This record gives sequence, C-alpha cells and structure tokens, in this order.
Amino acid sequence: MSTPQMLSVRNLSIEFGGVHAVDNVSFDVQPGEVFAIIGPNGAGKSTIFNLISRFYEPTAGSIFYGEHDLLEVPAHRIVRLGIGRTFQNIELFEQATVLQNLLVGRHRHMRSNPFRDFLFLPGVKKDELVHRRKVEDVIDLLEIARYRDQRISDLPYGARKNVELARALCAEPTLLLLDEPASGLNTEETDDVSFWLEDIKHDLGVTIVMVEHDMNLVARVADRVLAINNGKVIAIGTPDEIRDNVEVQHAYLGAAA
Amino acid sequence: MQYLFKTRYEDNVRFLVKSGEKIRVGLVVLLLLAAPLMLQDYYLAELGLLLVYAIAGIGLMILTGYTGQVSLGHAAFLGIGAYSHSILMARGVPFTLSILITVLIAGLVGMLIGRSASKMHGFYLAIATLAFAILIETVFGEWKSLTGGHAGLAVPALKVFGVTLAKVWQQYYVDLVMTGIVIWGASNLFRAPTGRAFIAIRESELSARSLGVNVEWVKIQAFGVSAAITALAGALLAHQLTFLAPDVFGVLESLKLLLMIVVGGLGSILGAVFGAIFVSVLPVAISFLKDVLPPSVGQQAGLEPLLFGTIIVLFIVFEPLGIYGRWRKLRFFFETFPYYRKASFVRQKSYLKTERMR
Repeated sequence: MSTPQMLSVRNLSIEFGGVHAVDNVSFDVQPGEVFAIIGPNGAGKSTIFNLISRFYEPTAGSIFYGEHDLLEVPAHRIVRLGIGRTFQNIELFEQATVLQNLLVGRHRHMRSNPFRDFLFLPGVKKDELVHRRKVEDVIDLLEIARYRDQRISDLPYGARKNVELARALCAEPTLLLLDEPASGLNTEETDDVSFWLEDIKHDLGVTIVMVEHDMNLVARVADRVLAINNGKVIAIGTPDEIRDNVEVQHAYLGAAA
Repeated sequence: MQYLFKTRYEDNVRFLVKSGEKIRVGLVVLLLLAAPLMLQDYYLAELGLLLVYAIAGIGLMILTGYTGQVSLGHAAFLGIGAYSHSILMARGVPFTLSILITVLIAGLVGMLIGRSASKMHGFYLAIATLAFAILIETVFGEWKSLTGGHAGLAVPALKVFGVTLAKVWQQYYVDLVMTGIVIWGASNLFRAPTGRAFIAIRESELSARSLGVNVEWVKIQAFGVSAAITALAGALLAHQLTFLAPDVFGVLESLKLLLMIVVGGLGSILGAVFGAIFVSVLPVAISFLKDVLPPSVGQQAGLEPLLFGTIIVLFIVFEPLGIYGRWRKLRFFFETFPYYRKASFVRQKSYLKTERMR
C-alpha cells in the first residue's frame, strides 16, 4: 500500500484458557479516518482495544503504531505515543471532580515530582494554569462547563460519557480509541456524539477507531468498518458494503434456515 | 447560601477561596497560637501529642485515604522516625539536620516497601505491611547496640539551633510549626500532578494507566511520601515520650493510626486531623467518665477498648465517611438552609464497572 499506515495490526491473536478471544486479526488504520469495529457481544472488540492499550499480552501477532512496535511499550507509555482511549463501562475517577479527572487526562504532558509538588515551587503553579487553560478548551468543545466542579458520582450517565471522552481528549491524542461511545445514550445524545466525532476528526485532526453497536451512528461517521465474530475478521469495507454483507448478517441474525 | 463564582483559573489553584473558610482557618490558627496562654501544661502536652498524631495521620492518609493502599504497619515508620532521630541526636547531630536525615531514611525505606508492594492489592498488601511492622519491631528489640533493645532508649533533650527547649510550651510550638508545614505541603500535593495521580490510582488503576500514569512508580512515591511524613511524626513523638521502647511501635499502634483515619474520614487531610482529635480526646473523656460512673461499671477492666471499639463500629455502620463526612453535611446544612434534604448526600449507585484486569 502506498499511504502510510497509522495503526497496523497483523495476525493478532490472544487466548484465554483455550478460548480464542481474538484470532488472527489484521487491519490497518489510515491517518484521518474514522474506523469502526463492529460485531456481536463477545466477538472480541474490546479485547482488541485492550491489546492495543497493552493491558493484555497477545499470544501472537504484532501491533505497529507508525514505526513504533507497541508490544515493546509498557501500558502507561501508550498515551505518550499519542493513543488515547475511553472504556466501555466508563472508568472515571468517581470520587474526584470533573476538573480533576480532566487534569489527570493531561498527565501525559505533566511533570510530576513529589518533592516539587509538596513545596509547591513556583513552576508548579505556572504549569497548573497552563494545563487548566488547555482543559478549558476541551470543556468548551464538549459543553460540560456546568459540571466542571461536580463529583463524577453525582453526574448522570450521559454526562459521564461526555466527561470520559473529554478526559481522553485532554491528552491531545493523535489516535483515539473509543469503546462504545454511544452505548446507553438516547437518540439526542447519540446525535451529539456524532457531531463531536466529526469535530474531533476535522478540527482536531484526530484519527478515531471505535467499537460501536449503533449501526446508524457507524453509518453516519465511519469511513471504514471492520466486522468480527468469534474473534475472527468476517468483513472489512465501507459501512454500506458491511451492511449488505451476507456473512455479517448471519453473524448478527443467525443463518437463514 | 453562598455561590462561589470563579473568575480566574487561579481560583482553582488557590487555597481558602471562600471568605468563610478564611475566617474559620484563621480562628483555629489563632486559638492554636494562643493555646499556651490558656491551657495548663498537662493539657498543652496532650494538645502537642494531638498535633503529632495529626501529622502521622496525614502520612497514613496520603497512602490509604488518597492512594487507596492499605497499610497495617505504619507504626513501623513512626518507630523508624523516633529511633533514627533519637540516635542521631544522641550522636550530636543538630535537630534540623537530624529531622531531615530521618525523613530521608524513612522515605527510602518506604519506597523500598512500596517497590515490593506495588504489585499487591487489598488483603495481601495489608498482610505484607503487617509483617513488615512486626519485623521492624523485632529489629528495634534485637539491635541492642543501636536501639538499647527492650531496655529502652533515652531520647536526648529537644535542642533547636543550640537552644534547649525543655518547657512544654516550647515543644508545643515546634509541633505546631511542623504540623503547619505538613498540612500545607500535603494540601499542595493534591493541587498538583502528584496528588492527582495518587487519587487516580485509588479510583481506577486501569484508566490511570491508560492516561499515562506509571502506576507502579506512583505507588512507590506514595509509600515514600507517606513514610517520610509518618517518620517526622515519629521524631516529634520521641521528644514527647522521652523514652523509647520497641513495643510502643507495635501492631496496636498501627491499628490506632488506621482507625484514626477511618473514623476521621478517608480521603481528606482534615479527616486525619479529626481522627487525631478523636483518639486524643476520647481517652480523656473516658477517664472523666470513670469518675462519674458507679464503680462497678467505671472500674471494669477493658472499658476503654470497649468504648473505642463501639464508637468505631457505629461510625463504620452509620457514617462511613467519618467525622469529615459529618462535618461536610453540617456545613452543607447551614450553607443551603433551609433546603437541606436527607437525600442531598445519597450517592447514585455506580454504574457497571469494567472487570478488573491485572
């Protein structure tokens, strides 16, 4: 292929006690596109994300991000390469405020030294204000200003979803992994998500890989779709091609008798 | 009801933004400064002890309340602080330098423990720290050439910059200044990246990691900071005790520290201070009670542990957020009067959590 790949997954496999959760999966993500991964429950979508995030060690295969071999990078360094992510079931810091959550999102760009922080040397305050400013840009973008000082545990579900997206954006990623950004949201909130995804893609120039069940959303925002079932790739193509693909229909609805 | 309008980003960084807070804190500081004028030596010494326990509580609070790492062996760091400071001072090292070295030693030991504990969770961590505390207590008992063993070790007189501070009020001021520094520094941590990383680890190691927090290293840092602060309390405690024996820093002392922060309210610096007040005032209150109660009840052995235990159980059942939680509700009640509802503080059930991956 001529275009440079942003993310390149080759023959990726992982087994959990004999279960092939991800089985010989290969795909490429090009810079600037929205790439969706779909599949029935338990197909291995989130597992692929967790492999890219380095929470799991693959049994075989390789993951390259540009020229970086991700398998040689520990989990906490992944975001420093520019890969941000959200979680399917929302992994926010619940007993902290929205602002604190977002500031942790900036951790990738921060210096943290207990000694310096304990004495609150002049540089600390200066840095804090710079990061605070950056966080405010994301708050503006996702319209969560009214939640700014609230604890996550006091927020409704939809707001938490937005805050998690915001936190991932605070890291200023170049590649964003979104694990079901619209799950549990009503149609109006899902609309918002689709607009934000467009904004993130066009205005911030972030490449997006997302796992999503809502086919309307996928059709609206995704450039290409990967369909998997039982850990195996069954199809890859544009949203329309995937919708018309017989195998995909079988995977979702079962084979016609 | 007071609304706080933040107009500058600095308002997020500054302490004591509300005028009410400023007045409250100012009043407390004034009272503490004036305490030697108002209290007899006995009560002043008790107050000094309270301050020392507040420091120790903050030390443990940083580890357990903020970073979420249980330690059942924090008395060991208290002991390391007390012994190393006393030994250094006896060898002629000046107070300030001795405190610095002590804090440094304890910090390094803490980091070492943190290094081995960073892969452990919950129950296993508790047992490991407990074992560490028993080990250290044994070392204090057996390393006779250095610690005097079970015969004990006399603590040299408190001498700061060549001036002997033997009076109770002089010691009290040393404790007060140190407490001030620790409260200020600990609060600083939590308006800076280090403290936020601590909280992040407590809440979700998984997402902390995905946001670039080096979980293992931050845990080591938390252990180090916590041990250093607790050891500072130990060094000050040594001057109050004037005589050190290994069993002072036993398992019961560790439990006392842990109970202190649980009763005070986990996850707040103020909670550690409240906890220190609780464990310092309760014995005094109980001894009053003993005089009032009929002898058949008042003279019973085990009255104190019984009351202690009962109160702790009541807290865990009815107010898991501790005294600090009560305090927040009370403040909220007055700030929003008459709109306070019981449900104001009922937390929404947390949504489904990702299965933990370890």
